[in-house]
Amino acid sequence: MTTTVAPAAEAPATPRPRRAGRGRRPTLTLYTGLVLAWLLLPIAVMILFGFNDTHSKVNFTWQGFTLTWYEHLFAIPNLTSALVNSLTIALVVAVVATLLGTPIGMALGRYRFRGKGSVDLLMFAAIAAPEIALGAALLSLFIVMGVPRGYWTIVIAHVAFCIPYVAITVRARMVGHDPTLEEAARDLGAGPWTAFRLVTLPMLLPGVASGALLCFALSVDDYVITSFNAGRTVTFPLWVYSASRTGVPPQVNVMGTLIFVGGLIIAGSNVLFSRRRAS
Amino acid sequence: MTRRRRRPGDALAPYLMILPGWLWLAAFFITPVIVMVSLSLQTGDFIDGFRQTFHFSTYADVVRTYHVQLVRSLTYGAIATVSCALIGYPVAYWIAFRAGRHKSVFLFLLLLPFFVSFVIRTQSWNVVLADHGVVLGPLKDIGLLSADFHLLATPYAVIGGLTYNFLPFMVLPVYVALERVDPKVIEASTDLYASRTQTFLRVVLPLSLPGVFAGVLLTFVPSCADYVNAGILGGPSTTMIGNIIQTEYFTNLDYPAASALSFVLMGALLLAVFTYARTLGTEKVLEAAAR
Repeated sequence: MTTTVAPAAEAPATPRPRRAGRGRRPTLTLYTGLVLAWLLLPIAVMILFGFNDTHSKVNFTWQGFTLTWYEHLFAIPNLTSALVNSLTIALVVAVVATLLGTPIGMALGRYRFRGKGSVDLLMFAAIAAPEIALGAALLSLFIVMGVPRGYWTIVIAHVAFCIPYVAITVRARMVGHDPTLEEAARDLGAGPWTAFRLVTLPMLLPGVASGALLCFALSVDDYVITSFNAGRTVTFPLWVYSASRTGVPPQVNVMGTLIFVGGLIIAGSNVLFSRRRAS
Repeated sequence: MTRRRRRPGDALAPYLMILPGWLWLAAFFITPVIVMVSLSLQTGDFIDGFRQTFHFSTYADVVRTYHVQLVRSLTYGAIATVSCALIGYPVAYWIAFRAGRHKSVFLFLLLLPFFVSFVIRTQSWNVVLADHGVVLGPLKDIGLLSADFHLLATPYAVIGGLTYNFLPFMVLPVYVALERVDPKVIEASTDLYASRTQTFLRVVLPLSLPGVFAGVLLTFVPSCADYVNAGILGGPSTTMIGNIIQTEYFTNLDYPAASALSFVLMGALLLAVFTYARTLGTEKVLEAAAR
């Protein structure tokens, strides 16, 4: 039954968008394909050269297929500890920034209050400011205060630039939310905390989850701000950058590939999860 | 009847919710910027320490010394932004109007690069464009290119890298804007005997401009301030202002000069962004940027 109904229901929603026909004007299609290929080429290179049977440190030319780099993934202690640093920092940052950013997003999405414009502006400025300026400004603060740079200064910096992203993601989710639902819960005798826990939070959860994931991704990937506030601590991007001058070992490609696959799995399950919730 | 009732504490609630995150940003975003400005107006050196002297001529000095790199950064950023718009607009258009049922698949392909570290992606271009790499190597072997031809360390490599890295930031907001164009408007235009070109130029393009504006914002600022591409793909002749700031902080230990340069860069870019956003409305740009 549903299979016969679905196409009929979809038809009026997309009123003849393909009037031109895809086959008749293939130039644009071909062009888009080329651009997408260009966009994906470095990813293919990364994955491919993780299987490269190279013998020198320089991983530039194809030498044949091998799985040895997957076996000896952790053969470079510095690289491994850099990766561990990146992952643990990202985890801490995701938790802290989500805890701090979610209430801001909720407040911006629901209430009208004096000073809302300036909070909006602050979020905007923190996102719009060039990363290098954020990193340099924090470094200046740490220098003036005499704070030694290291693991925790990286965490502080990352949380600062992640908060606005969480706030905006949650706010977008909040705007579509009907506040009367929570009112109803309160009228039925729920306290503010219970109403939040049972009504608002479940509705907000996909937004919060994507905010947290975004933080994790931004933090793992950050080079610029980290390089200013890292001191002697090395993260994965910092290690790769400094290795890029002398040649990047294939283990980096393998780790990049694993992060890539892991990210896809997490993002995919988040999408599936929120779709199931929505339906 | 459906009017919301005010409960005690409602007026305070938003402030309490904002406070913790706001304090963090006040301490680690607002304060640092103020400290950076103060540091830029100090004089002294790394060994004897710095004193607040309100030495404004540091600004004139750094701009005079590094105007080449400043102008170069803005130029590279501008070229990369325009390239992103020219390359990305047709892609966004195709996905919005021609991709049919598979729209989400193509959007997903567009997002795939974000699952790979920025530094690794840039490094991959280093591998592809290497002097004897997969592209140049064979061309040199068959004699199409002279043996000393190189792409790395040229402006082409750096601008190409910037364009590559920031292209999705252009395509996505443009796509969102195109997606919102009401098909009825296009139909109306066709019904009024507008040609394809006329429909595009007079109807679709103007309606999608907010997306292009947001895309310009999202690509111009980070590409001007970027120094990873210049660091990995560039050479001494492609040094950008970001590289200089880093050298001043970490090699020359000239904190006032470094702070002044950072502030000049941030000030210039933020000024551009805010005048840009003012004309369009902060909320709109933010919204488009958040998607």
